[in-house]
Amino acid sequence: MDGETTSLAVVLALYVGIPAGVLFIGWLVGHLSETKHERSLAAREDALKGIEATDMRNPPGFAGTQGPCALVSGEAVVASDAFKSWLFGLKNIVGGESKTFTRLFERARREALLRMKERAVELGYDAICNVRFDSADIGGNAAGARKKKGLNMAVALVSGTAWRRTVA
Amino acid sequence: MTIVNTETIPGKTVVEVKGLVQGNTVRAKNIGRDIAAGFKNMVGGELRGYTELLTESRREAIARMIAQAEALGANAVVNVRFSTSAITSGASEMMAYGTAVVVE
Repeated sequence: MDGETTSLAVVLALYVGIPAGVLFIGWLVGHLSETKHERSLAAREDALKGIEATDMRNPPGFAGTQGPCALVSGEAVVASDAFKSWLFGLKNIVGGESKTFTRLFERARREALLRMKERAVELGYDAICNVRFDSADIGGNAAGARKKKGLNMAVALVSGTAWRRTVA
Repeated sequence: MTIVNTETIPGKTVVEVKGLVQGNTVRAKNIGRDIAAGFKNMVGGELRGYTELLTESRREAIARMIAQAEALGANAVVNVRFSTSAITSGASEMMAYGTAVVVE
């Protein structure tokens, strides 16, 4: 092997190997953590299914209750991984739905909703009405890490009024 | 102080409207958290630093809104809404607003 072939191999390893490695690690870890998160979401949703959440302002029974009520909220920020971001870059060229990012936002929203329900339970409530979803732009240009491109992340904010459906 | 995002408080009647009250805050996380978020963007998962940022902002904005309501002599804030705006990397503004009222 002469010097030129060696340097070509080194250049190839640097320009193809490193991005491919980052993509692979991103795919592997991202996929594992996504599956784990979705399992955790399903289990917690099942445990909290008795907490009635609605976006109605005045659900049946709410106006008649004498008990206390309080504002509750939940927040979640979930990051994309290198593989998902790369896939989205491709999708952005051809257009159409990005299923991976749809799934990412769904995870963030379910997590935020669950956190709100958990807070309601902590405070002794069993129903939430007037649920509202919001988003926030945290900018995402992590200082130093990536100067030009912002981070890909799903931000979900949710708030509602917790009340007692069953009077103790 | 009762805080709700509905227009009414069950079992109570609004006897006096004291007016619009609001509280806002701009918060940022330290550079370490921002760099950690950059790395996290390779492998995915929750950005706990940013979730915390939003939770803290929300708490602070509500506390300031309550302080305004108390100053007006209100005992409840109804129809609370949140609004956010982007500032720059790793920072956000959170605003909470609602109507300060006296309920009986």
